[in-house]
Order: sequence, then structure tokens, then C-alpha cells
Amino acid sequence: MTEDKRAPTVEMVEITKRFPGVLANDRVNFSVTQGEIHGLLGENGAGKSVLMSILYGLYRPDSGQIYLHGAPVQINNPAKAIGLKIGMVHQHFMLIPNMTVAENVVLGFEPPGLVLRSRDISSRVAQFAAAAKIKIDPNAMIEALPLGTRQRVEILKILYRQADVLILDEPTSVLTPQGIDDLFTSLRALRDQGKTIIFIAHKLKEILSICDRATVLRRGKTIGTVEISRTDENELTEMMIGSKMVPTRRAKKASNGKLILQGEEITAINDRGVVALTGASFQLHAGEILGIAGIEGNGQTELVEVLTGLRRPTSGKIMLNGVDLAGISPKAALDHGVRHIPEDRHQRGIVLDFSVMENLILGDHEQPLFKGFLSQLKYRFIRRFVDQRIDEFQIQTPNRETVTRSLSGGNQQRVVVARIFNRELTLVIAAQPTRGLDVKAAEYVRRKLIELSDQGVAVLLVSADLDEVMALSDRIIVIFNGKLTATSDRPTRRELGLLMLGETKDRS
Amino acid sequence: MITTPTSAEKKVVGRSIVWLMLSPVIKIWPELAAIVAAFLVGAIILVVTGHQIGETFAYLFRGAFGSRLAIGFTLTRTVPLIFTGLAFSIAFKCGLFNIGAEGQLQVGAFAAAWVGFALPPLPPLIHISLALLAAAIAGGLWVLVPALLKAKRGVHEVVTTMMLAHVGILLTRYLVFGPFKAPGWIPHTPRIAASAELARIMPPTQLSTGIFIALACALILYWFLWKTSIGYGIRAAGLNPHAAETGGVSVTRSIVVALVISGALAGLGGAGEILGVFRRFVEGFSPGWGWDGIAVGLLGRLHPVGVILSAFLFGALRTGGMAVARATPVPLDIVVVLQAMVILFIAAPKLMKILKRRGEKE
Ligand SMILES: Nc1ncnc2c1ncn2[C@@H]1O[C@H](COP(=O)(O)OP(=O)(O)OP(=O)(O)O)[C@@H](O)[C@H]1O
Ligand SMILES: [Mg+2]
Repeated sequence: MTEDKRAPTVEMVEITKRFPGVLANDRVNFSVTQGEIHGLLGENGAGKSVLMSILYGLYRPDSGQIYLHGAPVQINNPAKAIGLKIGMVHQHFMLIPNMTVAENVVLGFEPPGLVLRSRDISSRVAQFAAAAKIKIDPNAMIEALPLGTRQRVEILKILYRQADVLILDEPTSVLTPQGIDDLFTSLRALRDQGKTIIFIAHKLKEILSICDRATVLRRGKTIGTVEISRTDENELTEMMIGSKMVPTRRAKKASNGKLILQGEEITAINDRGVVALTGASFQLHAGEILGIAGIEGNGQTELVEVLTGLRRPTSGKIMLNGVDLAGISPKAALDHGVRHIPEDRHQRGIVLDFSVMENLILGDHEQPLFKGFLSQLKYRFIRRFVDQRIDEFQIQTPNRETVTRSLSGGNQQRVVVARIFNRELTLVIAAQPTRGLDVKAAEYVRRKLIELSDQGVAVLLVSADLDEVMALSDRIIVIFNGKLTATSDRPTRRELGLLMLGETKDRS
Repeated sequence: MITTPTSAEKKVVGRSIVWLMLSPVIKIWPELAAIVAAFLVGAIILVVTGHQIGETFAYLFRGAFGSRLAIGFTLTRTVPLIFTGLAFSIAFKCGLFNIGAEGQLQVGAFAAAWVGFALPPLPPLIHISLALLAAAIAGGLWVLVPALLKAKRGVHEVVTTMMLAHVGILLTRYLVFGPFKAPGWIPHTPRIAASAELARIMPPTQLSTGIFIALACALILYWFLWKTSIGYGIRAAGLNPHAAETGGVSVTRSIVVALVISGALAGLGGAGEILGVFRRFVEGFSPGWGWDGIAVGLLGRLHPVGVILSAFLFGALRTGGMAVARATPVPLDIVVVLQAMVILFIAAPKLMKILKRRGEKE
């Protein structure tokens, strides 16, 4: 890249932002030039989301200055940011479920004219989508779309508002490998049209494959900005965590333990009354990690819900150590030693307005460990217990009383993961357990899962991340269209990919 | 990054003591601002309608706090508001909008009155306990159907509790005009036995030991919601039912428990008025304590201590307002306006936010 003499599109200078007990941004310098995809990376709690929220007008910096095309600007609220052609896609979407894609996109920015003609709108939105190489049906209802597709709607929304600077906060964490490819195709197309894109991600592979430059934050400070063509995974890792990393791989186990969980012909329907799981049968042994691979929306959510008591199967048996779990309550499932890392932490994982302490005992608050005479919670014990958890899982929080909403995304995930270790367990259902975690924390969680299986716990790992499934699992089952298909002993990526698309083995 | 205080920060510790003293005030500034704003609007209305501001507010204040008697009257009116404010709060903590406290209060009041006049004289402790128990059960039963409909079928509690409130009001009216009317012109029941009366503690005002029952209820509710696992489940279910369910909280059970306790508290509020103030069920004894409980709960941030404070404020407004109406040409409605303004400034934004959030989830 030749030296660009023009002023950067966005320049954030000496930005400082302090929250009670936390210095989130400490004189951060950050700049992006027009027509680049700029990666922003760093450990959980490094201050990435806060920095971008400042650029989008959600927070005001305590000090520092933002320049847009060389001119100083004050961005006091998102409306101002949109006026300055800055758009942001948050990790958690804000769409109206019972409206169509097109209606959501134009909402609040309807084209001039008295009557809204829905055909005009959808053709306009379709044009935008085509220009950005985004595959979407403008007339689809939001509620019928999987998360990955909703994200496209969010991107379209900011494009429709004429944004030139696009901020994407961990967009890939909700996507499947195919979805990531699609997103990257769109991002490249947008860059070639001259848009500036800021891309936050934890996976270095993604940063390396899509970004032109990347800036690393650590503990609220800028560590540096690098050209992607002149760096590699090792350098980035070192900048990020200050040391090298060895990825965890599971050593294959020779013998199987005793049978823990046996699913027999499980059938279930989803919330819309459509059959989502058809005759699913599988076995899971003590000390085994069974991976479930599949593209989102093929029944894995329903499978997890059925196994954890959140959904009643229409037929079939779920035998856990000889007891049928089909149709029992979530509490009964917990009491049988089934622990659950939900895939959507904001929906099922945590109560955002609870303190970190309260969230860390969720699911165990009825246990004699925490509950005493007259259902009283043993706070004196709980406080000590929780502090230990916070320490062990390095949950970055000013203290245990902090409201969980104010934690960074990755630290919220640590809360969800940490509490499954609260008590004795026989089976872990881990759905996307490392979603949103930085490399170090993700490795830590993977090691913990392996540790559990070494202690004889059965682990069911549901993940969209093929690398993770392949690195951890003893066996892999592919789920497609509500059906389970066992794979060969050591399946290749290609074999898994084909099965995930519904190709049978004989044809491939 | 988590920070520890630097030396520069330690130097300002002296200054921070002032902050420490101010901090409770700062923490509740939206509430204080709403109250001030409400009074400003009240003042404007007084001016526009051609009344004296200074005189009116002086009467308002003196009427509420000006003498031992005034304070006694204010406290008397605080008692039912504490009950209904608590009733609203516990339901709302579980994400439920019990809008029908007035009906629960009326049936609770009637049940207490009935136990008071229908049973033969008993030892006071037993008689009062029975009357309170009857009131709590009646109030609790009065929300049981809405609670079950909500828990099992998802029927919106606003509609059902509201409907049943009117049924309750009409039912007690029928009872007091019909089968249980004491002889004479006035629609009221026979007087309760002396053994069922709550003792008056500040004669000649009607303030009774009911205030201690109200304060005890606030204390118990605080303990229940924040110190027990059942309360924990109720709060979790109110904030995020999906996560609560995943964490083994029975959301349906939480809904039923929260609503039934809410109804029981409203019923106790009715009992306090009957056993302490009126000594019989009198048609129209409640000027709408149940409805006012919504404002009390919201202004009190659904917290028992907050509820006590805001119940006191609303009790004072009502007492002062009556003094104003007696002494000046300003009608009692000014109190209604002030209350409405407080609600508008503090409660409405909160309510909108919560209902909107719920709308998004559903
Ligand atoms: N609204 C808030 N109130 C208080 N503290 C906050 C708030 N938002 C963020 N923080 C704190 O600021 C720090 C930086 O948070 P931020 O969300 O920017 O991290 P991040 O780099 O995006 O991490 P992650 O990878 O986990 O998403 C964290 O320690 C977090 O607890
Ligand atoms: Mg973040």
C-alpha cells in the first residue's frame, strides 16, 4: 500500500472513557482510511465496543477528539452519527419481528411521498441488496429468518441510510462458515465501492482473510496498527495478549466409558409448529465429547432444548442413566446433572439486569449449597463462592455486585460458562460455548471442557465452528433438516461440509 | 481494565465525603425532579385558574404536616397506600401489571369486616389475625384466576385483573347494600366486634396499629424478594423469563406466587382500613387506594423503602389537599392534578420503557 497523503476518513485521537471502576479507553488513537476494511481486535474487555460506541454517538468520551475527513466533529447521539454517514451493526439486533425485511430497512427513512407503496420499497431494497451482493428476500418476515440473515438486514439498513463508514461489532460470531463467506463477499464489494469498514472479530483467521489493516487494543490502550500483508497470526496474537499460544487439540481416547445419554427416535416441532427434529437417535458415553455440526436452523436449537427440558418432544425417549428425560422440566434436568451453555447468551444465558453474583448462581439458587432455612440464600457463602468463580474464570468486572449488562460481551459469556462448574454434573450441553470469547478465553473454555470429559462427564458440543468441533470432539454427528447422520471416524472438512448441506455419503 | 484508586484520587477523598452525604439525593434525583416539576405545573394551574399560589401551598403543607393532628391524618392515609404500593411492586417485579388492586382491596376489606362482625367476640389477637388472614386470602383468591390464566394460557393480566377489579367493587357494593346491610340509611355493615379492632395510636386521628402491620409487610417483602430463592426466581422471571426458565426457575409458579401475594397485600390494605379506621365495611370507604398504589409503586421504584416514602408523600398530598379544599376555594381536584403530574413525570416514562421492552419480547 502506498502512503496515503489524504486525511483519514475517521480519526479518533487520545480517546479516554472511564466507567465506574473501569478505564475502558485510555488515550486510544485509532484511524481508518477510505476504502479499507480495518480490523479491530483485542481481548475481552479491551475496549473495542466502547470505542466504536463512542464513534457511533452512544457514549461521550471523557476526553479526546474525533475527526471526520480531517475536520473535528462532535458525535452526541446515533442520529448525529447517521447524519455523518456512520452506521453500526450491533451484536444484538434491533429489528421489528412482524415486519418484512424491506419495511425494516426503510423504517424511519421512508422515501419521500405520501403513500408508501410496498412494491416500490421492496424493489428499492432489492437494488441496494444487489449492489452490496447481499442475498436476501425483501418480502420475507423478520421473525421467520435465522440470526445470520437478520444480520444482513441490519447491514442493509445502514447502507440504505447512505452510510460510508460501516462499523460491524463481532458480525461473524452468529454466522456459519458459509454465512461468513457470504458476508466477506459483500464486504469486499462494499470496499470496492469506496466504503470504509471497521470489523471487530476474535478469530485471527477472519481478520487475516478480510482486512487490509488492523489495530490492536489491550486493556483500553492502543498497542499498534499493522498492515495485514506484513503480519501473521503469531504477531497479532502477541500484540493482543502479550504472549504466544498453543491451540488445544483433543487427544483421542481409546476406550469408551459407560453409556450416559441415549436419544431414541426423538421428534420435536419448533415454535412455528413445523417439524424440526425427526427421529433423532444417538448415544453419548461418559468421558466422551460428541460434536454436533450443522448449519444454523437445522434442528440443533430444538435438539438442545429437548435435552435440557426446555421443549417437550412429540415422541421419542431421552434416556439419561436409565431415566427418561423426555418432557421433564428444566429444573429436573438440572437436578439430574445436565448443565447447559445456551447458544444465545442474551436470550437464555443471563439476566442482563442481575448482578454478576446473581447470574453466577442462576440454576443453582435452589441448591442446598446456596439455599438455607426458609429458602434464604446463603449470601455470606455465596459471596465467597462467587469471588472464586470470578477469579478462576478471569471475569473482568469491577466487583460481584456490578450489573451484568455493563460487562463486555466476552465477559458476559464467561459468566455463562463459569456457572456450569458450580456443582456435580453428568452431562454438559454446550451450544457455541466460545462465542464471543477472545482466543485465550476460548482456549481456556475448551481446556475446561476437555478436563470435564477426562473426569468422566459426557459432553455434547453444538457449534457452528467446524474447527472447534473437529478439534474437540471424539465423534461428530451432522444435523441436517432435523436428521442426524453419523460420520466416519475422522471426517474431513469436506465430508462434513457436504453432509451439512444434505448430500449423502454415497453421492459425494 | 480494572482500576484501583491512584494517589490523585485518594487526595479527593475529603471532597468525597460531601458526595457521600449527597449521594442518596443524587440517586433519586429523577424522582425529586418529578415532584418539583409536578408542583410547578400545579402552581401554573393555580395561577391560570385565578387562585393564590402561596396561600394554597401553605395550606397544603400545613394541612399535611402543620400539627400533630395533621401528621396523624397524613400517616393514616399513608397506611393503605403502603399496602397497595407494595402490591403493585411485587407483581411488577415479576413483570406483571396488577392493575386491579382496588378490587382486591375491596373484597379483602369485606372479608375482614365479615370476620369482624359475624364471629363472636374472641381474644383480640386471634380475632384480628383471623380477620387479616381472611382479607389476605380473599385478595389473593381475587387474582388467582388472572394468575392462572396468565401462567397457563398467557392471557394478559391487565385485562383480567381490571375486569375482576370491577367485579369485586360491584360485588362488595351489592353485599353492603343487600344481604349484609345494617339497619338504617347508610349502606354499611354491622360494626365489627371490639376484639377485632386495631387499636388507635394517635387519637383523635384514626391512625391505628395497622401502620405497624404495613411496615412489617414492607420489611417481609424486602426479605422475600431479595433474600430468598423464591424471590430471586420472581425477579429473574420478571427481568428475563427465558433465562430464568433455562436456569430452572418455574416461570409459571413465579407468576402465580407474585400475583397472589400482590392480591393478598391489597386485601390486607382493605383490612387495615376496616379494622383500624372505619370499624365496619362502609360503601365507598376507599377513595381509590388500589389505583393510587400504581403511582406509589412506580415512584418508589418498586422497592419497599421507596414505597413507604412515596406512600407518605401521596398520603400527605391527599391530607393537605383536603385542608386546602376546606379553607380555600381551590377544589380537592388540585391533589388529583398534582398526583397525575408526578405520575406523568416519573412513572409514565418508566412504564413506557418497560411496556415497550415487553412488546419487543412478545
Ligand atoms: N455501560 C458500561 N458501564 C460500565 N462499564 C462498561 C460499560 N460498557 C463497557 N464497560 C466496561 O468497559 C470495558 C471495555 O468494554 P468493551 O465492551 O469495550 O470490551 P470489548 O473489547 O468489546 O470486549 P468483548 O470482546 O468482550 O466484547 C469492560 O471492562 C466493560 O466492563
Ligand atoms: Mg464487545
